[in-house]
Amino acid sequence: MTASKGLLFQEADWDFHILQRIHDACDEIGCGELGLDVYPNQIEVITAEQMLDAYSSVGMPLFYKHWSFGKHFAFHEASYRKGLMGLAYEIVINSSPCISYLMEENTATMQALVIAHAAFGHNHFFKNNYLFKQWTDADGILDYLEFAKRYVAQCEERHGSLAVEHTLDAAHALMSHGIDRYPGKKNIDLRAEEKRAGLRRMHEEAAFNDLWRTVPTGPAKSSATLSVERRRKLLGLPQENILYFLEKSAPRLAPWQRELLRIVRHIAQYFYPQSQTKVMNEGTATYVHYRIMNRLHQQERITDGNFLEFLRSHTNVVFQPEFDDQRYSGFNPYALGFAMMQDIERIVASPDEEDREWFPDIAGRNDVMGVLRDIWANYRDESFISQFLSPRLMRHFRMFHLHDDPEERAGIRVDAIHNERGYRRVRRELSRQYDVGFIDANIEVVDVDLAGDRRLMLRHSVVNGAQLNEADAKRVLQHLADLWSYDVSLVEEDATGKVLKDYVLSPRLVPAAA
Amino acid sequence: MHIVDRRLNPGSKSLENRQRFLRRAKALVQGAVKKSSQDRDIKDVLEGGEVSIPLDGMHEPRLRREGGTRDMVLPGNKKFVEGDMLPRSSQGGGGKPTDPGEGDGEDAFRFVLSRDEFVNLFLDDLELPDLAKRRLTEAESEGLHRAGYSVSGSPANISISRTVSRALARRVALRRPRPETIAQLEAELAECDDRERRAELIAEIEALKAKAKRIPFIDPIDIRYRRFEPVPKPMAQAVMFCLMDVSGSMSEHMKDLAKRFYMLLYVFLKRRYRHVEIVFIRHTDRAEEVDEQTFFYGPASGGTLVSSALQAMTEIVRARFRPSDWNIYAAQASDGDNLTSDSELTGRILTQSILPICQFFAYLEVGEAGGYSFEMPNSSLWTLYERLRADGAPLSMRKVSDRSEIFPVFHELFQRRAKQEKVAP
Repeated sequence: MTASKGLLFQEADWDFHILQRIHDACDEIGCGELGLDVYPNQIEVITAEQMLDAYSSVGMPLFYKHWSFGKHFAFHEASYRKGLMGLAYEIVINSSPCISYLMEENTATMQALVIAHAAFGHNHFFKNNYLFKQWTDADGILDYLEFAKRYVAQCEERHGSLAVEHTLDAAHALMSHGIDRYPGKKNIDLRAEEKRAGLRRMHEEAAFNDLWRTVPTGPAKSSATLSVERRRKLLGLPQENILYFLEKSAPRLAPWQRELLRIVRHIAQYFYPQSQTKVMNEGTATYVHYRIMNRLHQQERITDGNFLEFLRSHTNVVFQPEFDDQRYSGFNPYALGFAMMQDIERIVASPDEEDREWFPDIAGRNDVMGVLRDIWANYRDESFISQFLSPRLMRHFRMFHLHDDPEERAGIRVDAIHNERGYRRVRRELSRQYDVGFIDANIEVVDVDLAGDRRLMLRHSVVNGAQLNEADAKRVLQHLADLWSYDVSLVEEDATGKVLKDYVLSPRLVPAAA
Repeated sequence: MHIVDRRLNPGSKSLENRQRFLRRAKALVQGAVKKSSQDRDIKDVLEGGEVSIPLDGMHEPRLRREGGTRDMVLPGNKKFVEGDMLPRSSQGGGGKPTDPGEGDGEDAFRFVLSRDEFVNLFLDDLELPDLAKRRLTEAESEGLHRAGYSVSGSPANISISRTVSRALARRVALRRPRPETIAQLEAELAECDDRERRAELIAEIEALKAKAKRIPFIDPIDIRYRRFEPVPKPMAQAVMFCLMDVSGSMSEHMKDLAKRFYMLLYVFLKRRYRHVEIVFIRHTDRAEEVDEQTFFYGPASGGTLVSSALQAMTEIVRARFRPSDWNIYAAQASDGDNLTSDSELTGRILTQSILPICQFFAYLEVGEAGGYSFEMPNSSLWTLYERLRADGAPLSMRKVSDRSEIFPVFHELFQRRAKQEKVAP
């Protein structure tokens, strides 16, 4: 290796030339030595205010207009001004080219850290993890967002911003239930999506002929002839993707409303992998920046002082407060992820007896990066933790498992702790905390009463007695009813089929939509 | 790799989203503005700033679960062993409930309004009619101020001295040959006989001339224009006297009404004048100048002598605000009780020393909450002022007993005014 090429920078100041040098140096180490495989990088320098902007539109560079983003902006801004919250040093977008935003206020060391973290760590993860491969379309996302923005603006022009706002409000409320959880349908191609949307609209416009509206449609087939089974099959029931169902089957939605639902659904789907891989994604990025920065220091391309500055921020990022600490708010994905990556490195490179027993597949394999790259590509948080959380780490974090049963008067039971008897249980429980299938309420559209009042019927399968928050559920169902245009009912059933709660909501008068 | 500098991109992409949010939250924000203007100082009305609005109305619902049995894994075990039961209430127990961000802590958030947003919402609440707004903007006249130099402008504004000095600096820096040097060489050439030397000189002269041509005497980049900036012209200054009876009969509600009136007056004046002073005079049977806090919130009691306040005002004017330099406004708020024996004096001070120097004198008679202003019996002060008015004194007077009446009353008072004249009765 050509080791000494001189310092990348000396003082805290940076310029574009230095950024380029930093990037190239990181590239050499990241792709050259660690074997990372990344999308081309695009680095954008922005101000703190722009960072706030980006925050409030879920980190996206361009997004359609909606008041809730204004609300988030106001919220972030207020807490930022009060100093309650620091800004993230970077935001990175899963796109190709992979866009990383750097704040201009950062020092040169921080820029190096951020480039190593985002432009290489996250970038590699985005490109290689199976969930992202399966669910997101990095090439198409920016164009698609552009399209979404334009489309929403057009709708506002044509149909009034109020009507658009109502539809988007409703769609946002159902966003978490607008996701296909199981692959198998098809890979998303957002570019084609966008093209199709345009074609659809053009076709509608071209084919519109007022006369056709007057043609009698003939006697409808009596619905009794369709068997229940067949009907449900036609509607694709049961369906857990509520937005998809509405888009396809809601009887009275205007075409543009369907398109809006579709947009919200696509965006929800785009973010779906991110929510399942927080620990891994941050762990990977943190591990990568740690390796790169150490190597840069080793090569004498950054000074000791800069290295200390780096270590300080790094330590802050991977700090894990304990449960009885004021600052505790769950596991810090950076801390847990980074600790696990380092632990795996240790297991692969220099395992002890315990590791050999727990991780026979990787212990002592000696190819650290090979093993890590493989893990990064093929796991998500839940499976990652359930496979690779080692007893040593559980001891290190002093993890313990609590079981809180409201029926139990005496209090909360400590179910397992970090000891021989507890390792597997603690690990299983922690991995369950990251299982999206387990976190989100399991709600399905089960049937539509086509013969009767066209009521849409949903079912929530209650697990462990956790029911829906009533006030919120009513509001969301109200939105749902507005979209569906007929009554909507939701029953909450426990595993035995016992009905715990029953909601029925009727649509409000449609405010000049359609 | 690609580096893009986005810093120059227009920021505040969220501005429109913010406006949408404000529009949607208007009622809520307005309520908050109303509330916050109640407990802020008059001058701060124009400061904008934080208001806190309940998030509830802006809540974005999601289907989320709660309750039931829960399992959690936490870090930092120090003493627990398997099977321990932790009492729910105790601190060290189960740690905090692990529902961060699930809405519970989010019932209100502080929202920073800009100055304009604040004033607009403040005035909007009071439904300041467009008519009045237009008149206010017209009142603002603009003047031009020198504001340094710029590289573009109209030929009339070329700053010759600046341009020449820049040209000189450039010529020196680029070593433009001086005409004297060329002249000297030419003179030498004329006298020179040596052929080689001549050729040398000719070449040198040519080079110098070419260089002089390349480096013009004045280059477009030297040209500087004087720049002017429109500035709102200071329309002089104003002082606003707030006179209030604070004897025991003035309730909190009445003071609140008065305060609102003063606030409006202040906002109004602030938009018209660059510099507005406020003087608070409270009186019982004697008057004193106080700060705002004491004015609105300080306890005081005693008899009532309105003349004392008027007397105090004339003294302050004499001491600090020369009527030729200051536009003087006064607003008096009172429940109307005054000693009968004081009427004579009050009337005299008013007509002789106060009204002649005031741009505007308003008397606001405040009533108890729930009452109707038109039902308020004429108080002794009201009767007195009525009489003065009948004699032609330029007094404006209104009765108010409900918050909602403040703005209409204010509007009425100001609507009558012709441009810069004294208030017509």
